Amino acid sequence: MNSSMPVTDAPLRLPSLHRAHFEARTLQSGILTASTWILALVASIPLFSVIYMLLVEGGSRLDWEALTALPPSAFEMGGGFGNAIVGTGVMIGLATLISVPIGIFSAIYLAILDPDSKLAHTARFLAKVLTGFPSVLTGVFVYAALVVTMKTYSALAGGVALAVLMLPTVVLAAEQAMVMVPKKMKDAAFGMGCTRAQVIWKVVLPTGLPGILTGVMLGIARAAGESAPLLFTALFSNYFLSSLSEPTASLSILIFNFSGMPYDNQIELAWAASLVLVLIVLVLNITARFIGRQKF
Amino acid sequence: MNAVAETAAVESVPAITPDNVVMDCELQKIFYGDFLAVRDSHVPIEKNKIIGFIGPSGCGKSTVLRSLNRMNDLIPIFRFQGKVTYHGQDIYDNKVDPVVVRRYIGMVFQQPNPFSMSIYDNVAFGLRLNRFKGDLDERVEKALRGAALWNEVKDKLKNSGLSLSGGQQQRLCIARAIATEPDMLLMDEPCSALDPIATRKVEELMLELKEKYTIAIVTHNMQQAMRVADTTAFFAVDISQGSRTGYMVEMGPTQQIFEQPQQQLTREYVRGEFS
Repeated sequence: MNSSMPVTDAPLRLPSLHRAHFEARTLQSGILTASTWILALVASIPLFSVIYMLLVEGGSRLDWEALTALPPSAFEMGGGFGNAIVGTGVMIGLATLISVPIGIFSAIYLAILDPDSKLAHTARFLAKVLTGFPSVLTGVFVYAALVVTMKTYSALAGGVALAVLMLPTVVLAAEQAMVMVPKKMKDAAFGMGCTRAQVIWKVVLPTGLPGILTGVMLGIARAAGESAPLLFTALFSNYFLSSLSEPTASLSILIFNFSGMPYDNQIELAWAASLVLVLIVLVLNITARFIGRQKF
Repeated sequence: MNAVAETAAVESVPAITPDNVVMDCELQKIFYGDFLAVRDSHVPIEKNKIIGFIGPSGCGKSTVLRSLNRMNDLIPIFRFQGKVTYHGQDIYDNKVDPVVVRRYIGMVFQQPNPFSMSIYDNVAFGLRLNRFKGDLDERVEKALRGAALWNEVKDKLKNSGLSLSGGQQQRLCIARAIATEPDMLLMDEPCSALDPIATRKVEELMLELKEKYTIAIVTHNMQQAMRVADTTAFFAVDISQGSRTGYMVEMGPTQQIFEQPQQQLTREYVRGEFS
């Protein structure tokens, strides 16, 4: 090291290497860094204030009774929203059962079978359009397709409406996850003598699974909070679900109904139900991130 | 081992007889779309020997190698004219299923490409694919020993194959390829992503493996060809027709190719006069 340094008697004259705090460049950088911090904090204010409000207003009513009992009638005290939790769960389950197989098969087509075909380009574009589709219209569509033909509001119709909302999220996330599987892994599988179907089932899907699950979780989280599509399809019910072809309660509709009522008991329950709904969505989102982090 | 090979080469060039040829590649033309990539190359590959494909970039050596187990069929615009006779059957015959061909002729790629699963599952992959009914543990151990990786991984078979170092990953890929005991192994620049120590290990491994398998290796490292290959095929690019078409210039015992090449082009290439 030392041997390569020039050996001179004259002192080496270096420019000052100290940090100049008040130079324009440094100031500019400091201000910009500070403003990104401040704006990031501002952006998180809505979420945290909502969670804070929900904890304060809904936390006190959140007990076992609220989670399990049936909704109270007008002047009744107590009660809860057990049927709405069950209804939301069942309809989300139905939506997942419908949208995940369709979504994954579409994604296989888009990502692997024929990524550059006209059909693939069109389908991808439509999926993106559907992501931003107003959820009310989804409700109206399913109302026309199922509620009118079945002559009743039902959990089934609610599940289908939520499935339509989940579908684009699942398709696009699953496609992305499969495209991300390195080509060299697919080559390895073909080199071992896999058919195309075997490459997909044994290598691409397992490798892309974390990404696919993340997409499914985000889709569920979105659908869980929707109220507009359920208003036209599942409507509401004051009783526990006994069949898929009858009107069904859900958390979001319960919140919508109870928050407009002039009774304190109902309003308190609406707050508690909101807290439960936000917690469900939050848990799903966090699960999605956790699964997505498992890198291959 | 080297000494034996050298004396054999000096005393008499062993004739390539039909009965020790495992695979006879009589390639006329390979097209990618309209582009003629490789032409007129006859490459007989002998049993239990290592054949090295050398040549400058773009000379088609990888294309030829990947034609030998029909990997190129995955490229839609690829077209092959000629014959590749493997144990008496033309693998480009219409009745032949490329998927089946690939099960008998293993392949090791330039980049180590283990699957995102455990070390054990990586090696067992081909066995399960072929519905192997015997003792899976035993075959996995045998393949890992064969790839000189067993001692390094025997305590962590459940760990991800991707947790290994680059050189270990490449040996894992070799273990995965030999687990099903194919009789030929194609290696497409298997050491180009490895450091010298890992390269040396893979080369030693190849010399052991040729006792049981026949190996074809593409390399642009001439020293590597000299160290491992029994036979060397030199490919070059013909730009005379205004296009860039690869073809095999010369093939022979490695020592002859490097010391007394018959062709002017080969002489210039092995002396490093062009690349």
